[in-house]
Amino acid sequence: MNTLEFTTLVGLSSLVAGFLGALTGLGGGVVIVPLLTLVFGVDIHYAIGAALVSVIATSSGAAAAYVREGYSNVRVGMFLEIATTTGALVGAALVLHLRVSMISIIFGVVLLYSAYASMTEHADSSANTGPDRIATWLKMDSAYPTPNGLQSYHVRGVPQGFGLMFVAGVLSGLLGIGSGAVKVLAMDKVMKLPFKVSTTTSNFMIGVTAAAGAGVYLRRGYIDPGLAMPVMLGVLAGSLIGARMLAGAKVKVLRMVFSGVIAVLAVEMIYNGLK
Amino acid sequence: MEKTEQRMDEIMSRLLRTGVILAAVFVLAGGVVYLARHPTPVTNYRVFQEEPEKLRTVSGIFHEALALHGRGLIQLGLLILIATPIARVAFSVVAFLYQRDWTYVLVTLIVLGLLVYSLLGGAG
Repeated sequence: MNTLEFTTLVGLSSLVAGFLGALTGLGGGVVIVPLLTLVFGVDIHYAIGAALVSVIATSSGAAAAYVREGYSNVRVGMFLEIATTTGALVGAALVLHLRVSMISIIFGVVLLYSAYASMTEHADSSANTGPDRIATWLKMDSAYPTPNGLQSYHVRGVPQGFGLMFVAGVLSGLLGIGSGAVKVLAMDKVMKLPFKVSTTTSNFMIGVTAAAGAGVYLRRGYIDPGLAMPVMLGVLAGSLIGARMLAGAKVKVLRMVFSGVIAVLAVEMIYNGLK
Repeated sequence: MEKTEQRMDEIMSRLLRTGVILAAVFVLAGGVVYLARHPTPVTNYRVFQEEPEKLRTVSGIFHEALALHGRGLIQLGLLILIATPIARVAFSVVAFLYQRDWTYVLVTLIVLGLLVYSLLGGAG
């Protein structure tokens, strides 16, 4: 295989990953690392570097659209970014000290959780409770647009949410993923943000978290231009196409299939780590 | 939502989009140069070896990109991509200053500090 063939194959696979990631809301980043390591035999450090870069691209692209619609809560996002960026720095430092087999196993477990989380039905937990002291002090309560006008909401569980976000940051820096599943968990279940707000705010944060990890990776020489180029361009193009097609797609079936693929990849990552 | 806040969102949205497009253009241009010049055998990614110094530091990358080396141009695009969320946070500092929201000026400054440290900082 020559360089052009390798680049084309990696680029096309990344395009499909980005496309499915955008359609299903799971993000293309999660399958990039298993794809590169298991299928293309790339060392996991290069794979994580390339994945992290593609995560920044898709999240910034998507955030550009969401911010304008007024769904995301910038204050909540900014405050929690202290936790995620600190976590990302810790995670990126951990990569140095963990063995590849260990990283593989952790990756597999997180993938399995993401697949599981995406299949469970979402119940909107905004049975709105009263104001919370810390959230009020941090001026986090806000409103978001609905068909019937602005709907206000209160934010809760700030310390617990902050703690979970630190974990999300560590995973992002360690594995090169957006950790969207953990972020949404923290904001939905713990901080009781409305679904639309938590998803878009999470997207808004993913780019910043990934940038913290990517900065460390770049300085350490984990980001190879020859590999990151087709991955970044492929995932970005795929996610743009996916986002455009979102309207009429049978997302439910697709999400089941994609979750299944992720679960298989997860088991293979764990198996490889244990070998 | 207030008018100024809406305008801030508008600017932030444009900032993110411009950053991503600019990054993609550099990566694509660098990719073309890289593929046109690169020798046929594929780089071995099986064994991890750190990238050379000139593709790891901000000054090294600028130097390589100015020389129109494919790998340097790609790396510059990726650097722009990493800088995009950082610019967004920097913009938020200004936005909160404008609103005289001192708590969040501090919050965003902490995030900005962490990001700059990750890209330029010492440890790691």
